[in-house]
Amino acid sequence: MAEWLDAILVLVILTNLWLLGSSRLRACIQAAALQGILLGLIPLLATWPAITARLAGVAAASIVVKAIVLPAMLRRAAREANVVYEVQPLVGFTTSLLLGIVLWGLATHLAGRLPVAALHVAPLLIPVAIFTILSGFLVIASRNTAVMQVIGYLALENGIYIFGWAFAIEDPLLVELGVLLDVFVAVFVMGIMINRLSREFDTIETDELTSLKE
Amino acid sequence: MLWILLAVPAVSAMLAFALPWNWPRRGLLVATSGAHLGLTTLAIARTPAAVLDGWVALDGTSLLFLAITSAVFFVVSIYAVGYLAHQVRVAEDPGREVPFVDYPEAVFTGCLLLFLAAMTLVIVSRHWGLMWVAVEATTLASAPLIYFHRHPRSLVATWKYLVICSVGIALALLGYFFLAVSAEVRELSPIHLTIADLENHARQLDPAWLKAAFLLLLVGYGTKMGLAPLHTWLPDAHSEAPSMVSALLSGVLLNCAFLAILRGHSLLVKAGLGDFSRELLVLFGLVSMVFAAVFVIRQADYKRLLAYSSVEHMGILSLGAGIGGIAGFGSMLHAVNHSLTKAMLFLAAGNTLHYFHTKSTLEARGLVRALPVTALVWIAGLLAITGFPPFGPFLSELMILKGMIDGSRILVAVVYLVALAATLAAMAAIVIPMVYGEPPRSESPAVASGPRPAGPRPGPRSRSEPLWSAVPPLLLAAAVLVLGVYVPQPLSDFLHRAALAVGAE
Repeated sequence: MAEWLDAILVLVILTNLWLLGSSRLRACIQAAALQGILLGLIPLLATWPAITARLAGVAAASIVVKAIVLPAMLRRAAREANVVYEVQPLVGFTTSLLLGIVLWGLATHLAGRLPVAALHVAPLLIPVAIFTILSGFLVIASRNTAVMQVIGYLALENGIYIFGWAFAIEDPLLVELGVLLDVFVAVFVMGIMINRLSREFDTIETDELTSLKE
Repeated sequence: MLWILLAVPAVSAMLAFALPWNWPRRGLLVATSGAHLGLTTLAIARTPAAVLDGWVALDGTSLLFLAITSAVFFVVSIYAVGYLAHQVRVAEDPGREVPFVDYPEAVFTGCLLLFLAAMTLVIVSRHWGLMWVAVEATTLASAPLIYFHRHPRSLVATWKYLVICSVGIALALLGYFFLAVSAEVRELSPIHLTIADLENHARQLDPAWLKAAFLLLLVGYGTKMGLAPLHTWLPDAHSEAPSMVSALLSGVLLNCAFLAILRGHSLLVKAGLGDFSRELLVLFGLVSMVFAAVFVIRQADYKRLLAYSSVEHMGILSLGAGIGGIAGFGSMLHAVNHSLTKAMLFLAAGNTLHYFHTKSTLEARGLVRALPVTALVWIAGLLAITGFPPFGPFLSELMILKGMIDGSRILVAVVYLVALAATLAAMAAIVIPMVYGEPPRSESPAVASGPRPAGPRPGPRSRSEPLWSAVPPLLLAAAVLVLGVYVPQPLSDFLHRAALAVGAE
């Protein structure tokens, strides 16, 4: 199944670039949803054919939450807040894409330096995990709309998850479900906040919320 | 017993969400925090057995932090009853003409109790993953509390709090995975990621991964703890939240994050990498102190002033833990002192805000005539927080200084003293005019009923502060005073156990 795993990982890279280069919120939410599905498939493929029921359950839960529930919530938030595009991000979309390529180089470099020779990890897993984390950071730092920041947060979280799968860290079930629940509630609360933000400011561009700056 | 400790606030929270009547719900809040305090006292008297395969247990450090949490929460819950009954309808912001509606009280009380449950879980969890889940839960439970006055500015503050803390804590999750990898590359496969198991195998863990893990944990939980330069959410959240919530954030929540960092430090010490974590803790501590000193100077908003002072004191805690020896002991004592002092100051700030309807240090003046008891609390709090004898923080700050001199860290000691002196001067220059100054004549919101809604008790009524607002901060002040003069033997034993458990000695 190694080639399937590689294909999935390449798709994850593409979703990140999609996220970095797109100005339409719906497209970005779509990318995040796709990433959620891919994320759920990774542990199944990485441990094929020795899939336990527990692993399958966690993967299914993660797909349902990250690919269906959260994107639906974000879509609703974006619709109610009436934002379609990310206008005037701090870093432009073309620049973001180029930066994305730089980040990919950085990620492979970092991954090459990690002392993981003793472990049998698929060679692409770690660079993809690091790349996803870095892309998430870039999106959070460079986008102004609240919805995009939440998407960035999701990408960051996804990257950390891939890292966890990369080492097949045997998390106790309680912890995995707890983490999933926390992410779910976090995005849920953020979604409520987005609605309020849009009502109060007629815009959800967080850089306009300057009333608290020093 | 531990189950009960966790279940009491969680179940009460559900009840609070469901109860349709205000007064029974307020009673429930006090009863729950009282029960929590009672259970904590029992736990201190006889350490309860571990549950859930040792995932949830109490040791010296967690008992200390549990005691702080429980005590401060109890005092604040008494204040909360009065606050909810009298103060809520008053806008905590004068600049806004449009009235705004507070969050429903049921949600507020429910979230307060959930917040308590989450913090208790942070303290008692002995598993790295469970602790992460609990810390993130504290963020989520406290976000609606900050946004209680559905006001645009508190909304922005809450957004910042949520995003910055969630991203920070995501890094801590990566740190947790790194811990797992540090065990896995050495093929210690059946190891559990509990604090005890990892510490028992500390020497066998891979040092490079372990160092990276600590760095991520420090940055992640440090964001939550408010260490500079990761503290950016803290002044906004503390100044926009209702004052009693600020008291909890500052007095209790920051400690919980500190506890998580201490766990990491303790693991590194056991693994023989103590020098690495010590240097980082000292560095973050000094940076926080200097940062806070700069922002305290000429601060125009007294709640932000207190928030930056929290950044400073978190720096002192981190510094003390990093220096080790007697400074480690001092750091534990300082955690107690800071919680009590800062909670009392924030409650005093709440009373001040209620009376003057402004957070401006220039307009809220003449406290000594307007609110004598609150003025007394402000002065006691100022002396305590800036490290004057005979208050508790003096003692703990002195111990930390002694630790530095014992370790001949002269340069660190100099920066420490300069930052303390600068904060002292800056805070005194702000607080003393607030207490003794003349209220600005042109437009005194306290005296004139004026164009803005002046709340239920307008006008220069004074000298009769309601008990609920005066007694809780006075209780805390008394405790800080006592701790400065005399640290009871049982507490001292506790502090030693805590300091030992985090590898300070």
